[in-house]
Amino acid sequence: MWFKAPESCNCIEPQLPADELLVKYQYISDFFIALAYFSIPLELIYFVKKSAVFPYRWVLVQFGAFIVLCGATHLINLWTFTIHTRTVAMVMTAAKVLTAVVSCITALMLVHIIPDLLSVKTRELFLKNKAAELDREMGLIRTQEETGRHVRMLTHEIRSTLDRHTILKTTLIELGRTLALEECALWMPTRTGLELQLAYTLRQQNPVGYTVPIHLPVINQVFSSNRAVKISPNCPVARLRPHTGKYMPGEVVAVRVPLLNLSNFQIYDWPEVSTRSYALMVLMLPSDSARQWHVHELELVEVVADQVAVALSHAAILEESMRARNMLMEQNVALDLARREAETAIHARNDFLAVMNHEMRTPMHAIIALSSLLQETELTAEQRLMVETILKSSNLLATLINDVLDLSQLEDGSLQLETTTFSLHAVFREVLSLIKPVASVKKLSLTLHLASDLPAYAVGDDKRLMQTILNVVGNAVKFSKEGSISISAVVAKPDSFKDARIPEFHPVPSDSHFYLRVQVKDSGSGINPQDIPKLFTKFAQSQAVTTKGPAGSGLGLAICRRFVNLMEGHIWIESEGIGKGCTVTFIVRLGIPDRSNESKLAFAPKVLGNHVTTNFGGLKVLVMDDNGVNRSVTKGLLLHLGCDVTTAGSSEECLRIISPEHRMVFMDVCTGLDGYELAIRIQEKFKKRQDRPLIVALTGNTNKVTKENCMRVGMDGLILKPVSVDKMRGVLSELLEHRVLFEAI
Amino acid sequence: MDGMVPLQKQLLDYTASLFQEGYLDDQFNQLQELQDESNPDFVVEVVTLFFEDADRLLNELSKALVQESIDFRRLDAHVHQLKGSSSSIGAQRVQRVCISFRNCCQEQNIEGCLKSLQQVKHEYSLVKTKLETLFKMEEEVVAGRG
Repeated sequence: MWFKAPESCNCIEPQLPADELLVKYQYISDFFIALAYFSIPLELIYFVKKSAVFPYRWVLVQFGAFIVLCGATHLINLWTFTIHTRTVAMVMTAAKVLTAVVSCITALMLVHIIPDLLSVKTRELFLKNKAAELDREMGLIRTQEETGRHVRMLTHEIRSTLDRHTILKTTLIELGRTLALEECALWMPTRTGLELQLAYTLRQQNPVGYTVPIHLPVINQVFSSNRAVKISPNCPVARLRPHTGKYMPGEVVAVRVPLLNLSNFQIYDWPEVSTRSYALMVLMLPSDSARQWHVHELELVEVVADQVAVALSHAAILEESMRARNMLMEQNVALDLARREAETAIHARNDFLAVMNHEMRTPMHAIIALSSLLQETELTAEQRLMVETILKSSNLLATLINDVLDLSQLEDGSLQLETTTFSLHAVFREVLSLIKPVASVKKLSLTLHLASDLPAYAVGDDKRLMQTILNVVGNAVKFSKEGSISISAVVAKPDSFKDARIPEFHPVPSDSHFYLRVQVKDSGSGINPQDIPKLFTKFAQSQAVTTKGPAGSGLGLAICRRFVNLMEGHIWIESEGIGKGCTVTFIVRLGIPDRSNESKLAFAPKVLGNHVTTNFGGLKVLVMDDNGVNRSVTKGLLLHLGCDVTTAGSSEECLRIISPEHRMVFMDVCTGLDGYELAIRIQEKFKKRQDRPLIVALTGNTNKVTKENCMRVGMDGLILKPVSVDKMRGVLSELLEHRVLFEAI
Repeated sequence: MDGMVPLQKQLLDYTASLFQEGYLDDQFNQLQELQDESNPDFVVEVVTLFFEDADRLLNELSKALVQESIDFRRLDAHVHQLKGSSSSIGAQRVQRVCISFRNCCQEQNIEGCLKSLQQVKHEYSLVKTKLETLFKMEEEVVAGRG
């Protein structure tokens, strides 16, 4: 020791005797420990200053303090290896105490801090994971958005045209571009549906009608699902180019393209997957890239395939409608031509008819007029008969001519009905008397039923009405070989119009009109219900007509229908079939004559004018009355007027005496039913109406029933007693002229 | 000649009175109109017929009404005949009574029928007398004319 301290220096000696080597090593270690301890805080401060984030500064200070103090302790320890003063010992002690305190505090602090530090670490890990996930999702969204963009763009391209080829070509081009494909091809089904034909490709300009049978398993696989399916590059549909074998062919995907027809679309439904044809779209990735088909790319392909389907169907629809329009235009032109031709034909025919009308009618007129005149002159019975026959025949011929001409007028719409007041009963009886001969030859029974509420007189075209009835009844007779024919006439009630058979008929009831409904039923050969509509066609004869009877001109029913229509009515035929008879019904609108009309016809004493015959020139009449007085009076009356009068006191006598020469029979009907019975018997006696005398009832009964009964039994007239000379004169004139007279009661 | 005028006038007056009193109506005029050269006695013939007819009918009626069971229908038929005849010649009052007679027949009123029959007979005899007088006067006029 270089320094020996006096015993009074108050120094502290180390406890243990110092071993020189050991002490040296301790001395050096302590020195280095102090050095390290002092440098650690420096490093800490340096690095903390560098980093931006360090939340635990307080801890750092503490830790720094702890380290510094530890270093200080060790440093001071260097002096305690030798004798040292008390001050050094005290400083040493103080340093140690301080270090102890600080280190304890630090240790305590660390208990809090270390878990925190550890958790920071875990959070960091968690955040990293999260960040990675978000990255992935971002990637997905981006790709989806890109796909969407591509699809929109593709769709826009595809839908901007309605031409099929353009659509398909554009699809392939755009797909090729978007997905960077090597090759893209579209296979369409052939007409037979058994093969797929290569229709379009992207790179190759002219696909050579390369076909592939449709029922390959790979194709079925693709067609059976609406997803894009990865297929092998070696399958026939994918092998478009000669494969040189140098490189790996890229992955191939195929998707079906539904070829939609208009009929596939149902409203509110998507088309069913049943019988439809598909085209095949094949997409190939470039050969040498290691690219794989990504999901988003497949989705893109599927969407595009659907869009293409729709675009194609639109194009198809357009094509179709263009074609239809062209066809319609052609048809229009053809129709127009036809119409003009028809019009020309009609004009020509009308001209012809107009000429013939005049030419044919002139001689007819002459014949009829002269025959009538001839009738007025003095003739023997034979001659009269002959002239009457001539008249009848020429009237018939005139009617026939008129028929034909009428029809043409009817077709033009230029026919007008005449309006006169006439007796309905007379019309029916005239028809009956005309038809009876034919009917009786064929042994057909003919019955007429006139309803009691039928007006006696009606306003309308009696000639045409009679023509219609005659035609219908004539047909009934013509086509019945046996059985009966019944004619009924009633006033049609409004509810009978609601017949489903006449849906378009809307009668308008009014006070001045009534609807006459006539029905003719026969038990003849009937008509096939399917032929019924044809019956009203002109010139058409039913095939079932095999009779050798009179053939009609075929115009009859057509004309009837026209007349009925002109009379604001409707005519129809019903038949249950061949052999089951036939019923023809028609309804016509007739006017009701008002009182003034009726009284015109009815009998007011006529003023003696030059045109009224004052002397009836030996007109043969028969008077039947069982009352002698009345008989005489009537006889006197008629004698006074110049008639040749025969009298009968009873029905039997009347029937005995009556002859075709008698032009009229006046019978009293006051006495019960005798008169009516007699009327019927007289009518039976005289088959031909022309021969029969006119039957006129004389009665004092102002009773509607009497009048109706008279009409019913077929009398031609009714006069109320008392009859004055003037009245009788008028009666005779009227009867001779019109052959019918019913006095108003 | 002067004597004729009063006769004719008398005839005319008498005829007029018949009309006025309602024994005859216009029908009788009609009958007279029918009388002409070809039929000079028409009126007389007809009226005579009427008388015969009426006599017969009234007889029938009387007989029918005294029967035990009266057949009203036959009764009515006869009266109807009488009515017809009387109206044919214009015997107005007879006709009217016949109408009421018929009503009784339809009602089957025996009392009424008997009464009506009496009335008819009465009226008939009246008109018969009148007409016979009229014809006599006419004859005189015609005879006077020569």
